[in-house]
Amino acid sequence: MDFYDIIFYLFAVITLASAFVVVTTRNIIYSAFSLLFTFFGVAGIYVLLGADFIAVVQIMVYVGGILILLLFGVMLTNKITTVEIRTGTANVLPASIAVGILAGSIVTVMMWTDWKSKPGEIPITTTKALGSLLINDYVLIFELLGILLLIALIGAASIARREKE
Amino acid sequence: MSESLLINICIVILFLPLVGFSTVIILGKKIPKLYIFEVTILGVALLLSIIVAYTKLTFYSTKNIIGAFTWITMSNAPVGDSISIDLGMKIDNITVLMLFVVNLISFLVHVYSIEYMRGDKRYTRYFAYLGIFTFSMLGIVLTHNLLMMYIFWELVGVSSYLLIGFWFEKKSAADAGKKAFIVNRIGDIGMFIGILILFTQYKTFTFDTIYQQIASGNLPFGSNGWLTAAGILVFLGAVGKSAQFPLHVWLPDAMEGPTPVSALIHAATMVAAGVYLIIRIFPMLTADAMLVIAVTGAVTSLVAATIALTQNDIKKVLAYSTVSQLGYMVMSLGVGAYVFAFFHLVTHAFFKACLFLGSGSVIHSMHHEQDIRNMGGLRKKMPITYFTFLISTLAISGIPFFSGFLSKDGILAGTLAFGKLTGHWLIPIIGFTVAGLTAFYMFRLVILTFHGEPRDHHKFEHAHESPFVMAAPLVVLAALSIFIWYTPNPIGADQGWFMKDWVKAPSQVTPLETRFDFMKPSSEEAKAEVHGEVVHSVEYTETMHWAHYPAMVMSLILAGLGILIAFMFYQWKKFSADKLADKIKPLYNFSLNKWYLDEVYDKTAIAGTLIFSSILSWFDNKIVDGIVNGSATVTKFTSGMSGWFDTYVVDGFVNFTAFFSGFIGLSFRRLQTGKVQTYIVFIVFAVVILFLIFKPF
Amino acid sequence: MLHVGLIHFLIISAFLFSFGIYGIVTRKNAVMVLMGIELILNSANINFVAFSRYGNFGLGGQVIALFVIILAAAEAAIALAIVLNIYKTFANVNVDEIDHLKE
Repeated sequence: MDFYDIIFYLFAVITLASAFVVVTTRNIIYSAFSLLFTFFGVAGIYVLLGADFIAVVQIMVYVGGILILLLFGVMLTNKITTVEIRTGTANVLPASIAVGILAGSIVTVMMWTDWKSKPGEIPITTTKALGSLLINDYVLIFELLGILLLIALIGAASIARREKE
Repeated sequence: MSESLLINICIVILFLPLVGFSTVIILGKKIPKLYIFEVTILGVALLLSIIVAYTKLTFYSTKNIIGAFTWITMSNAPVGDSISIDLGMKIDNITVLMLFVVNLISFLVHVYSIEYMRGDKRYTRYFAYLGIFTFSMLGIVLTHNLLMMYIFWELVGVSSYLLIGFWFEKKSAADAGKKAFIVNRIGDIGMFIGILILFTQYKTFTFDTIYQQIASGNLPFGSNGWLTAAGILVFLGAVGKSAQFPLHVWLPDAMEGPTPVSALIHAATMVAAGVYLIIRIFPMLTADAMLVIAVTGAVTSLVAATIALTQNDIKKVLAYSTVSQLGYMVMSLGVGAYVFAFFHLVTHAFFKACLFLGSGSVIHSMHHEQDIRNMGGLRKKMPITYFTFLISTLAISGIPFFSGFLSKDGILAGTLAFGKLTGHWLIPIIGFTVAGLTAFYMFRLVILTFHGEPRDHHKFEHAHESPFVMAAPLVVLAALSIFIWYTPNPIGADQGWFMKDWVKAPSQVTPLETRFDFMKPSSEEAKAEVHGEVVHSVEYTETMHWAHYPAMVMSLILAGLGILIAFMFYQWKKFSADKLADKIKPLYNFSLNKWYLDEVYDKTAIAGTLIFSSILSWFDNKIVDGIVNGSATVTKFTSGMSGWFDTYVVDGFVNFTAFFSGFIGLSFRRLQTGKVQTYIVFIVFAVVILFLIFKPF
Repeated sequence: MLHVGLIHFLIISAFLFSFGIYGIVTRKNAVMVLMGIELILNSANINFVAFSRYGNFGLGGQVIALFVIILAAAEAAIALAIVLNIYKTFANVNVDEIDHLKE
């Protein structure tokens, strides 16, 4: 067990624990903040996997964008000052059973599978390689995603726009 | 004039009265003056029929014109290969003569009725009825097949019912209409069966085709007996229509109708239809059938003549006289004197119409007094009526120079020849007796009505001569009772155009062995013998010649005797009729009460029918209804069972299916929550199951 | 086994995925459901990156992870717009009450 492993377990614990809080706590604000830790944990795992650029993007997009969006969602849909911001749960028992079995199954499958993996060198930086991939091999998808984002932007604005009566 | 034009004119003549009838019956209520239209139409029809008769008799006197078309074709009829029913007209000399007679008398009756019926509340409708009646009669005259004959036959029945019961407020008139209709039906049943026998065998209704078939040896069901039966059965129709014994009872009662109607029905049209039918079926009559016809006619004429002796109602006397004369015609056909039968039909139509219209004139002026005992002395008051009535009476009595003499003499000669040739002497004896009786009762009628002193002075004072429209028809008809129209020789019709050129007996088509001996052609040369009477043998022709003068002399003597006795009794009062009546009270009553035939029918036929009806009614009520009710009960019970089965078993099953489906649906409905999260749970389970199925580990 | 390899990342990913599913299924609030979805996306991303690291696929896995992040951003934007719309219509964002699809 070396330093790498310790760091991994640390991030793994942070990620899973915060994720558990996200899905179990009844307070939506707590959920949102736990999600922040989950994202950070995942970013850490990315770093451990040598995907530094992805990790940064993870923090920037998820924490800086998506999480803020979610918080806006919470703020706009829950009258925090007057109404209980705790939210209810449903299907707890069947969901627990199903998810338990699912998790068990997946873990079992992963453990039993004979992964043909290589140790792999840890690259210094992946930014340049990713950049060249994006505008060479994946340029079409890259451009399409740009259009998709634009559509999503306009669509979201259009859907959320308050109807003028 | 071409043949087709002739046919077309005949069609027009046929339908003119129908047009008149339709117009008047539809519009008559709004336009009461429409009766003039009806009369005019009859006038047109009369004109056309004169043209047709003239053309036919002048240019086509030896040719029969037939216009026909196929009405119904049944290619796969159940009773034969194929049946086609033709409608059409056969225009021969008899047809055009009848056409003329019917139209003339109908027209005269129309004209006469204008005055006679004036003031009646159904005045216009009366003319409509006359129109439909004339139409029906013309149909009978013109048709060339039995089917149309039967159709128009029944139409005549219906329209006569309407006319006889015209004053239906009077119970006796309504009853008389019903009686005429029902009694006619009895005869028509026979006629219908006879027609069906012929149709079954020959698949056609057309006279000529049937006769061709019979002539070629194709008999109904292959037997002479059936041919005889068919002839007699069809003749039964004539028995009803022509008021032959024993179905003559309707005719005297039919006097309840308006007097012009009596003239129309009982002189020229309806009763003549029966005789006309026998004339049409004459070629297929076997000896047996002819004998039946002859005997029927003889009995009818005798019975009617004896009844007429004692009747006191002026119209009843004429009615029985009509029956008697019809008996003469039928008898004449029965003995084979075909030509004289038709001749008598025509002459009788004129003088009898004249007599009826004359009696109508008397009744009209006497304010509906019909009893001759209350009349008398009308000669001075009503000279035109008297003279026309007298001429007609002379004609019916068989006095020379009048038409009746010619035809009656021919018939009597025919019976005499028949008696000599076959030994049936009873028929000529009856014939001569009736001739004498006729002369007696007709002169009794004339004397009581017109001669002597008035017995009812009150009514006598009011009596007056009829106006012109009533007198004119009388004059025309009386004029037609003179011999000159028929033959130049006043004592023998043989050389007249009527007998010589116009009317010829048709060839018999029956098998030789079924004919009278005298009806068999003796040789080829004989066929072309005198008078064109090709149906008869030389012996017959000779016998007729032999019989001519004896018959004439005898009939003259008898008629003279009858007239003399009538004058002795009623004019000169040498004997008292009442005393004689007292002496032979039973016979007198027998005659006065019309041989008690009505009573006999009441006791037998009607009572029997009533008993039979009540038996049937009982049968209906108890048995038929019982069966019906029983079956109803059974049906109800089975329905109940079926209903129970339906309700509990079928419906139960159906409901169970529905319920089961509903249950399943409800159960699964719980799964369909509409909540996405629930679905996701299922998806998760599904994924897990997939894992388990594929066992990737 | 304590030495970290591919399997550890996969197990983390699996748990994260399970938590995401659990969140989606159990939470009533639509925003919370969205958070579950984000968890699932992250778990998928960990898989991509892990296989990119330990497999012979080059950097393709990281590129896909990048795309997923972009899609997640777009998804979050659209989803939140929808959630706002739902809130305007039903005055709440409880997904178990929004079951009009059933009718």
